[in-house]
Amino acid sequence: MAHAASHTSEPGAIDEHHWTSTGMDNRKIALWAFIGSECLFFASLISTYLVYKGKSLVGPLPHDASECVLNGTKQACEPIFEIPLVTLGTAVLLFSSLFVVLALYGAQKGNRKMMIGWLSATVLCGLFFVGMQVYEFYHFFHKGLGYSTNLFGSTFYTLTGFHGTHVSIGVIWLATMLVLAIRGKVPPEKALNLELAALYWHFVDVVWIVIFPVVYLMR
Amino acid sequence: MATSVLEHRPPALPHAHPKTGIWSWITTVDHKRIGIMYGATSFLFFLLGGLEALIMRMQLIGPNGKLVDPDTFNALFTMHGTTMIFLGVMPLSAMFFNYFIPIQIGARDVAFPRLNAFSYWVFLLGGLFINASFIVGTPPDGGWFGYANLTSSRVMSATAAAPSPGLNIDFWVLGLQILGVASLAAAVNFFVTIVNMRAPGMRMLRMPMFVWMSFVVQVLLVLAFPVITVALILLMFDRNFGSSFFMPDGGGDPVMWQHLFWIFGHPEVYILILPAFGITSEILPVFSRKPLFGYTAMVFSGIFIGFVGFGVWSHHMFATGMGPFADTFFAIATMVIAIPTGVKIFNWVGTMWGGSIRYTTAMLSAIAMVALFIIGGLSGVMHSSPPADLQQTDTYFIVAHFHYVLFGGAIFGLTAGAYYWWPKMFGRLLNESLGKVHFWLMFIGMNLTFFPMHFLGLHGMPRRVYTYPEGLGFEFWNRVETFGSFMLAAGFLVFIVNIIKTWRGPRNAPADPWHGATLEWSIPSPPQEFNFPKLPVVHSSVPQWDARRAAGGELPEPELVSGEDIHMPNPSYWPLVAAIGVFLVFFSLLFIRTWPSWWMFTIFSVLWLFYGVYRWAFEPAH
Repeated sequence: MAHAASHTSEPGAIDEHHWTSTGMDNRKIALWAFIGSECLFFASLISTYLVYKGKSLVGPLPHDASECVLNGTKQACEPIFEIPLVTLGTAVLLFSSLFVVLALYGAQKGNRKMMIGWLSATVLCGLFFVGMQVYEFYHFFHKGLGYSTNLFGSTFYTLTGFHGTHVSIGVIWLATMLVLAIRGKVPPEKALNLELAALYWHFVDVVWIVIFPVVYLMR
Repeated sequence: MATSVLEHRPPALPHAHPKTGIWSWITTVDHKRIGIMYGATSFLFFLLGGLEALIMRMQLIGPNGKLVDPDTFNALFTMHGTTMIFLGVMPLSAMFFNYFIPIQIGARDVAFPRLNAFSYWVFLLGGLFINASFIVGTPPDGGWFGYANLTSSRVMSATAAAPSPGLNIDFWVLGLQILGVASLAAAVNFFVTIVNMRAPGMRMLRMPMFVWMSFVVQVLLVLAFPVITVALILLMFDRNFGSSFFMPDGGGDPVMWQHLFWIFGHPEVYILILPAFGITSEILPVFSRKPLFGYTAMVFSGIFIGFVGFGVWSHHMFATGMGPFADTFFAIATMVIAIPTGVKIFNWVGTMWGGSIRYTTAMLSAIAMVALFIIGGLSGVMHSSPPADLQQTDTYFIVAHFHYVLFGGAIFGLTAGAYYWWPKMFGRLLNESLGKVHFWLMFIGMNLTFFPMHFLGLHGMPRRVYTYPEGLGFEFWNRVETFGSFMLAAGFLVFIVNIIKTWRGPRNAPADPWHGATLEWSIPSPPQEFNFPKLPVVHSSVPQWDARRAAGGELPEPELVSGEDIHMPNPSYWPLVAAIGVFLVFFSLLFIRTWPSWWMFTIFSVLWLFYGVYRWAFEPAH
């Protein structure tokens, strides 16, 4: 078997094994396509929330006092939302998007310390947000809002729960990248691996930017 | 050509992976092998769906049929629809996507070969899951559309019983979720393949029409499947966790299910038909010896069909009473779709006009596809008008309509593709005489089965009802339909005979038996693992015709090369491990209502899935 000439060394020839039509990495386009799909996923959940907004037959309700069943007795219930805590969680999540950008900058410049530091901050922010959500769910449950209590409960827990699941997967992904970074396996030429995780993370944040006003602020 | 040329197939290379045996198929990431596995699996499911249809036709052969009871009949039409759509036509199209998209755009494989294997295994497991319901005696029975209330697991009012307390609907809900994972993974994969893996010079507007229509389908899949995923999640929570998304007693609205379902369901119709449009657009030019008429118009009409296809879903719901504004909007949008479809039909006719036509089986099927689709398309325009639709909805007229587009359109298109591409896939030409017997049995049987349904529907015969009393004038045409359905079945028996006969015959197919226009005909039949020894450089939308013209009419057979310097992806079993993880997750949810403590098994399944995905992610791909 003769290797008469390597294809890549011919003048004007292309590197067949790394050829792409657009010059972009396949994985990046794939992640954008997946994000397009996820947009429809969350659009369906948010639409369901909006269609059933104000249709609950019993309390507790998000913004208004109502009649609800608590500890087995029917009684008056307070509105359930506590905006300050969620605002804090929202801010933390938004800042984490900035942090992952800084981590990516570190990765691309070969500044390992910078990458590991900001990536750790991102993971911590994500963990804080998930913890906030777990606390919120626990708290709401003890205020009388079970999953099947009313339509508000079902739509709220489903929408924010699926968002929280996405955040958790993002945290796992970023934590994996952090471990790889600490082991020195994210050199500048592999910064794309971190960029993909960051892209997903930004998307998860953007979804929350929609959910926060629609669910918590809109009356 | 830079590589040296060998006379025969290359011997096994020292570091090469095994090329035969069951393990080579389980671990394969070759798009051609995965395509063949898609084809074999979905053809078996297709036969199963056909068997279900035959049992229904036997039940309806005369009034007061006693062959099956009403519950079984419900299960039969539910599983017939579900099987034909998700396990028959979609994966049969996926067979051609897998085998021919990479070759037609001049690539060596898809963008993500292991993800491709994952899609196939998830599809296989999902199909087995949903059909396992027959074995445990609880087949889905709520229709392929799964309308809420019929699919509820709990009591709606003090006087009513729960419509579906058993596992029937759970099998359907969770099975479709599994199949959705497969479809989404495959759609992202082919989307990236078409965007990013085209050979040098293969611009978007030089791509074969099959690739173009497939591209529109991938976009539809990516955007439509998440919507049914949400709908099925909400239904699952209604059934298992006591929410009321579709339950009026808790404030929910059953019509919400219909909206979510049809926002997915209507694009799904184009997901089923556009690949057949693409195949037809490949075959008509080749057997007319003329380039496709109006290539650019064909591309943009396909895109337009896909785009408007997202804005017509409520024409499935005129009977719910949405009010004049919504009715008008969706009626007009539906009628608008007839315009790009008409463009396509005129262009197909224009392609054949004045051509020197060869009536091979592939060509006959493609022409029949055009003709039958016109009939189905016209009856579709009829019930785009809400007043007409209110007369026709839930009658056999609708059944006639969608069988003309899905059998007459999609299945004839796929059959045409099978005869056209068989020599490329297996190196053997299917027998043309048996092929013509197959075609005519199928063509006549199809029209005998489905055309009388127009009459029965307009006479008021309701669909989905297990029998009918005598004296309503339904007897004659029902008997004709049952006769026709057995002709159809005979046609497919002839096809199976043809496959076996061809299989036993010699490898007789040259690289380019039909004088094709596109890149797949420039390489040996069947292609070597790497498809192209050297990536082709493309200068037009008919590269093989250009080469033929440049060579003065006849092209030499392409030679087999060893290709040992071509780096192909490694085989891997992690896609299968991850696919089993997906299966286990949904399997564990099957019993969550019966045994709530099964959540522990769900956790185990999720961990299994994560383990598979991690091993996959950290395994070197090359």
